[in-house]
Amino acid sequence: MTRQASIDPAAAGELVYTADEMMTVAAARALRDGMTCFVGIGLPSAAANVARATHAPGLVLIYESGTIGAKPTELPLSIGDGILAETADAVVSVPEIFNYWLQPGRIDIGFLGAAQIDKFGNINTTVIGGDYDHPRVRLPGAGGAPEIAASCREVIVVVRQSSRSFVERVDFVTSVGYGSGPADRERLGLTGAGPKKIITDLGILEPDPVTFEFTLTGLYPGVSIAAARERTGWDLAVAADPEIIAGPSSVELDALRNLQVSSLDR
Amino acid sequence: MAEIVSLAEAVERAIHDGDAVAMEGFTHLIPFAAGHEVIRQRCRDLTLIRMTPDLIYDQLIGAGCARKLIFSWGGNPGVGSLHRFRDAVEHAWPAALEIEEHSHAGMANRYVAGASGLPFAVLRGYNGTGLETLNTHHDSAPTIKPITCPFTGETLTAVAALRPDVAVIHAQRADRAGNVQLWGIMGVQKEAVLASRRSVVTVEEIVDDLDPRPGATVLPTWTVSYVAHVPGGAHPSYALGYSVRDNDYYVAWDAISRDRDEFTRWLDERVYAVPAGLA
Repeated sequence: MTRQASIDPAAAGELVYTADEMMTVAAARALRDGMTCFVGIGLPSAAANVARATHAPGLVLIYESGTIGAKPTELPLSIGDGILAETADAVVSVPEIFNYWLQPGRIDIGFLGAAQIDKFGNINTTVIGGDYDHPRVRLPGAGGAPEIAASCREVIVVVRQSSRSFVERVDFVTSVGYGSGPADRERLGLTGAGPKKIITDLGILEPDPVTFEFTLTGLYPGVSIAAARERTGWDLAVAADPEIIAGPSSVELDALRNLQVSSLDR
Repeated sequence: MAEIVSLAEAVERAIHDGDAVAMEGFTHLIPFAAGHEVIRQRCRDLTLIRMTPDLIYDQLIGAGCARKLIFSWGGNPGVGSLHRFRDAVEHAWPAALEIEEHSHAGMANRYVAGASGLPFAVLRGYNGTGLETLNTHHDSAPTIKPITCPFTGETLTAVAALRPDVAVIHAQRADRAGNVQLWGIMGVQKEAVLASRRSVVTVEEIVDDLDPRPGATVLPTWTVSYVAHVPGGAHPSYALGYSVRDNDYYVAWDAISRDRDEFTRWLDERVYAVPAGLA
């Protein structure tokens, strides 16, 4: 699997880590201490918990199960594991979490995954291929994502990069990024600013300030621009001088691995 | 007033072929034992309503109980696909499944409207999404429409109320009069019960007196039709204070549900061969 082995095991003394671990750590770094963060399950949840275990102990994690300020010591499998309720500052109903907490724009960051994403950051988690009534692949659907994408002050997407998942135009718009380009969010009345970063297992993409098209602005150590282009289904624009993002520190890796070890140990 | 009856009797009296049934519980307190009883009683042509179909509706769909599914997120949380749901949508096995899908916020508000006795709820949502356009595409009545605020002129979204025939939930406990108490992650159970014509509540225990519990929800006996004592009735979901979520089971379900024969074997051994009320 290239996904797990794309980073060269190191010469003596260097940390050995997987591409998924690098992606999770990079996503964790995007969160600042004291922020409020609406967390999707899977990679976003892992990253948010690494942030809380390292540089952002005051990060407020909010799950759509209505658990506000959850402080899990192991990664939950679902958004409603008991550990989230037991460690939360408050537990509210599902209508309340969406209506009172998310909709008015109280939440700083929405942290989402994606099955398919396009160059304007629109996300598809509904159907792939065929037509809606006869899809080739039926995905889980919307969940909380459309309103998270619409109403959080900013959105960060964490997703593994491939030419199949990074497409010119998504097959179905489940959650709106920048629609078909500049000014679409305003036209649609979406109150949040939209996706600011797509963090992948190769690097980081950010929207061009004029065209809003996602552009490669950062690469992990050892990843080439050519590799990023090859794993993008549109003609990927690249920033003039993409940043080389530092690999994970031992503190970050330990934090991630401790969370995962304790969840495997259930 | 709620009647305290066996699970088999509760399901037999409350749920009939063709009913719209909402079995709620958001990850926590999912009424699995009641779902299995519905399968055992071979209910057919149900419209199944649930925010997260989860394993419980994967099982009911695979068993052929459903005609239609109204939902907002149909995956196995943290694991992957619901294979029986996918097989029904992608290959019409064991039968074609009509779907009506929303976002979580939309579904939650639809239950709130139903519980409130209103025909619709208003939210800021769906704008620019494909969900909005599915309305015009299907034969059944639209459930998402734009609405203009009479005060500000702003365009918002209206979603049609959900009014199920029956709500089915699991709770921690009830007293002998049928007052029900539940706590922890509350999902939309209160709204689902109040929106529905009839309701079935399975409980971990029946007690002489309900101790007051800060933050707990109480459904007074006169809001509930049937209460059944089913300890462990949420497994592999859980009841906070009584059990923990069986995450290994959710992981194992992936392989059981992936294959039609494997699933059918599971159904025979773990549902049809088991008496009502035993998880």
